[in-house]
Amino acid sequence: MTVPDKTGHFGEFGGKYVPETLMTLLSDLEKTFFSLRKDKTFRKEFVEYLKEYAGRPTNLYHAKRLSKQLKTLKVYLKREDLLHTGAHKINNTLGQILVAKRMGKTRIIAETGAGQHGVATATAAALFGLKCVVYMGAEDIKRQALNVFRMQLLGTEVVPVTSGSQTLKDAMNEAIRDWVTNVRDTFYIIGSVAGPHPYPLMVREFQVVIGQEARKQFQQKEKKLPDYLLACVGGGSNAMGLFHSFFNDKKVKMIGVEAAGLGLNTGQHSAPLADGGVGVLHGSKSGLMQTKDGQVRVAHSVAAGLDYPGVGPEHAYYQKIGRAQYVSVTDKEAIKGLKLLSKTEGIIPALETAHAIAYLEKLAKKVKKKSTVIVCLSGRGDKDMEAIKEVI
Amino acid sequence: MNRIDQKFKELKERKKKAFIAFLTAGDPNLKTTGEMVVSFEKAGVDIIELGVPFSDPLADGPTIQAASQRALQKGVTLEKILASVRKIRRKTNIPVALMTYYNPIFHYGEERFMSKARACGVDGLIVPDLPPEEASGFIKAARAQDISTVFFLAPTTSKNRVPKIVKASTGFIYYVSLTGVTGVRQSLPKDFVGDVKAVQNVTDKPVCVGFGVSNARQVKAVGKVADGVIVGSAIIKEIQKNAGKEDLVRNVTRFVRSLTRAL
Repeated sequence: MTVPDKTGHFGEFGGKYVPETLMTLLSDLEKTFFSLRKDKTFRKEFVEYLKEYAGRPTNLYHAKRLSKQLKTLKVYLKREDLLHTGAHKINNTLGQILVAKRMGKTRIIAETGAGQHGVATATAAALFGLKCVVYMGAEDIKRQALNVFRMQLLGTEVVPVTSGSQTLKDAMNEAIRDWVTNVRDTFYIIGSVAGPHPYPLMVREFQVVIGQEARKQFQQKEKKLPDYLLACVGGGSNAMGLFHSFFNDKKVKMIGVEAAGLGLNTGQHSAPLADGGVGVLHGSKSGLMQTKDGQVRVAHSVAAGLDYPGVGPEHAYYQKIGRAQYVSVTDKEAIKGLKLLSKTEGIIPALETAHAIAYLEKLAKKVKKKSTVIVCLSGRGDKDMEAIKEVI
Repeated sequence: MNRIDQKFKELKERKKKAFIAFLTAGDPNLKTTGEMVVSFEKAGVDIIELGVPFSDPLADGPTIQAASQRALQKGVTLEKILASVRKIRRKTNIPVALMTYYNPIFHYGEERFMSKARACGVDGLIVPDLPPEEASGFIKAARAQDISTVFFLAPTTSKNRVPKIVKASTGFIYYVSLTGVTGVRQSLPKDFVGDVKAVQNVTDKPVCVGFGVSNARQVKAVGKVADGVIVGSAIIKEIQKNAGKEDLVRNVTRFVRSLTRAL
């Protein structure tokens, strides 16, 4: 069975839970996207931008010193951190802005947590000369001042969001309010495999290149498929980008790493798949952190990009059908992971990505025989220096 | 025929339009909300739209967002709101529709929620983030308890969606006057007139207009076309203005009466 189905559902998850004002736009977007994904000119243009502008393909790097330290794991890093703007987010924003252009939209909006998606959107908007507004939680603006400045340099207006928890979830609320208001001329570039249909599908399609490349590169190097795939999961776009091309390779195990924040038992985390239940937020049904009254809980993670109480619906589906396993690591463990990769390989990962690195140590203890693993190195840590200095 | 249907039948016989007043349940507290419902009925309000506060009210502007936040901080929950409707029912038969985002109902369990809501005297549901496409279970559960399901039409709704929305709606159809979130507006776009008439041509179900309607002049203008007028943020603002005052209910009712008289 291929997912999503025609109505945008991944099993019981996904769908279109949005105000009526957006429904017609979403079906227009669906039509445009479905025709563009088959359109050779569009594909060619997208691939060209990925190659010439963003810097694809990215390397699949054998991390020898890290592997040696972990003993039981042979680790390959998919170097999305080497892309222009420093994370995988640019794959998706280039794709979506090309769709926006085809739909004749003149104004771009986006939400951002860590600022990586905001910067990638601001970059794409500058590249195509479109007006751009990015919503960002006031709390995140403090944590990620450097990225705010980058967006502003790129000509984007960054709007601080002071409602609710003042983080990614509230930035998304505010972006949706803008969207409902300016729906006729505005295109909303959602940064993860979340939101209403067709966004989870569309973002997956623009990120799937990560796994397509990694699969080919790994086969060339190892003449087989990897035993494990490992990626951090906030909304889950880098993870889905890596996982999707391996869906039918039943022997390849997939592990998504959520942020356990201060610890799952403290309630102060961002791990809806580990501790949430099913709910509806921001346009789709998926794993959701909520109270017993169905109110959305405030998430916590040291990584602003994971600090979100929801998750992409396809991940909830993968969990439900048992195709992927979802685990979590705490803030402290993530910082340890960040140091580990920095010192063994000379690569400073983003705090988000550091969650996947941190899990390597746990995985190394679990595997029964020497195993291979591809880790999606989704972003670099430059943006986090201030934040890390505070917590180290 | 539930209280909402009954009300529209009566209004039609009297050739009158419905005035629908929105209140955020629990702002400033549930007791006062209950008093306002009773007092509003005497001031000519036909139907109460009772807002269930939600952590992420993405269809609402700053006024109702703030009211929701205040109510949540006071510990208002869906369960407490249902209990408070049950209490209100001892004093009045005014139709009450709950305006809630979908997650609290989904989390409660649709069937369980509908049977509880009916037992407490709720007559209808308005769910801004639930389009008919996702609502089959919701509609089935509501029909079983004779609870009206009010769906939205927007200025951006394409013609081919209209029949689906009309069919899914019972009680009335909620036409959103503008592209945007709830909140007071100085002026309303004119396109609603043609849109509302077009819908009225294809259905006998009442079409009510809300979003942005905030003063007597607008109420009058909308009432000329629509079968009902919905006012929300303007009333919430009035409540906020009178926060902490002893005569809050009386002052807010006076404002509401100035609007119902315009119909």
